[in-house]
Amino acid sequence: MTSALADGLLASIAEFTPHAGGDDVAHLEVHGNQVVGAHLVPGLRVNTQTLDDGLEVHLVVTRGIRVVKPVHLCFGLLPERGTQRIVMRVEVEEEAEAHVLAHCTFPNAVEVTHVMDAEITVAEGAAYSYFERHVHGPHGGVFVAPKAAVHLLEGARFRTEFELLKGRVGRMDIDYEVDCAAHSILEMIARVFGRADDTLTVHETGHLNGAYARAALQTHIALRERARAEVFNTVTADAPHARGHVDCKEIVQDQAMARAVPIVQVNNPRAHVTHEAAIGSVDSRQLQTLMSRGLDEDSAVNLIIEGLLS
Amino acid sequence: MLEVRDLTLQLGDKQILNGLTAEFWEGHVHAIIGPNGAGKSTLANAIMGLPGYTDVRGDILLDGVSLRGVPVDERARRGITLAWQEPARFEGLRVDRFIAAGARSKTAAAAATALERVGLDPPRYMRRAVDRTLSGGERKRIELASIIAMEPRIVLMDEPDSGIDVDALQRIFAVLAELKAAGSTVILITHSMAVLHQAEHAFLVCNGRILDKGPVEKISKYFEGRCITCSHENEPEPGELQ
Repeated sequence: MTSALADGLLASIAEFTPHAGGDDVAHLEVHGNQVVGAHLVPGLRVNTQTLDDGLEVHLVVTRGIRVVKPVHLCFGLLPERGTQRIVMRVEVEEEAEAHVLAHCTFPNAVEVTHVMDAEITVAEGAAYSYFERHVHGPHGGVFVAPKAAVHLLEGARFRTEFELLKGRVGRMDIDYEVDCAAHSILEMIARVFGRADDTLTVHETGHLNGAYARAALQTHIALRERARAEVFNTVTADAPHARGHVDCKEIVQDQAMARAVPIVQVNNPRAHVTHEAAIGSVDSRQLQTLMSRGLDEDSAVNLIIEGLLS
Repeated sequence: MLEVRDLTLQLGDKQILNGLTAEFWEGHVHAIIGPNGAGKSTLANAIMGLPGYTDVRGDILLDGVSLRGVPVDERARRGITLAWQEPARFEGLRVDRFIAAGARSKTAAAAATALERVGLDPPRYMRRAVDRTLSGGERKRIELASIIAMEPRIVLMDEPDSGIDVDALQRIFAVLAELKAAGSTVILITHSMAVLHQAEHAFLVCNGRILDKGPVEKISKYFEGRCITCSHENEPEPGELQ
């Protein structure tokens, strides 16, 4: 049973990304509230506890250990209806390093809720990256709510990428908040393609609390038909030489609607934070350039969106 | 092969093209020169059929067939293309994808070959984005690579030397020669003497009309004092041009 579920989950993402294998690749597959597959590597500890509606995962990367190959996490639900709540605690100890490729797959969803509640601590001099790719079906019946509180200690590095390009978004509410100590580096990227009645809300916040902390927040969204998006990107800087940048770009077509609210707040005269936001239709010069190479309008627009979301 | 017949175009309250007539021969490099505001770029845009430049009187014919009502992408599929004075930036769109978009052969090898022909090292550029991280000169050469890969019949090049350093310009001139050798017709929009001398035949445009045409040696004389300050107000009398 568990093997069949694992195979089903992996098969549903296989067309987008080949799932890595081998003894030196750590992985964990979770269907609903069941662990259906797992493999660990030295330096990586994972404890799980089943919840009624999901799973609690405690992931620790041991001090000084560098997990060379990306850790593959696979969450999902194959049935049309259900809830999956993941409570995740991540601790990356001093000078450790790990990179996670997470796939969240709901290929048949008609009424599915996926909630992620994460608390992540990246200790002094450690590095952690989390690439989260969602694979949704065509129905749009998914509510996705990833929420993370992240703590970067001195000299820590954290990068997160959220990608939802294939299938219908459904309803999505991202909420990440990161505290950055001195000399830490934060990078948050979100790329989402909304269609039909999809609704997207993105809250991404970085607090540059320590000197020389740096943050870059990038949100690129394309919307078609009646999709709607609201993006709230915030960077606050309280320490000298803190540097931040917020970049929000959204292409809007048909009857879609987008709203961007970049907030930059600087509380130290030696800090510096910038922002740029652009919302609108496809750039006419880009469109004309591609059409003057023989692409029809739809193909040209698709290529421009592909670039924005790459 | 390409004929512009008595073309007139008004943009707002300004008459930009004013009964312009010209013939462009297959496999030749032509230049269109004239002062700022003479209508050179407008002519290129009208030939390409860009939005805002289609409400013309007169006609544009390709192989004797009118292009009236033919949209940009269809004109491109018939072999016409345009290199902009300031090429567009495409955030995130990779160079190899950009080149392949309109290429006759959509392979990576074809894109790499096109980059080599404009003097850019494929391993360094193929996976970069056509965005602000490239200089204006690099984007110009990448645009030219995309045109090479397209193998067009007619290339309109608007100010090909704009934003280009001397070395890159020599490379662009070499590509012009290659395009011509491959049978393409090239129409250079310029007010640069160096670019003009890449052409075999030139048109002098002022106030939306052809004032003179002929071999480059003849037309280049206007750069030597006769028309360099030409404006609509001091347009030469027809007799003065003989």
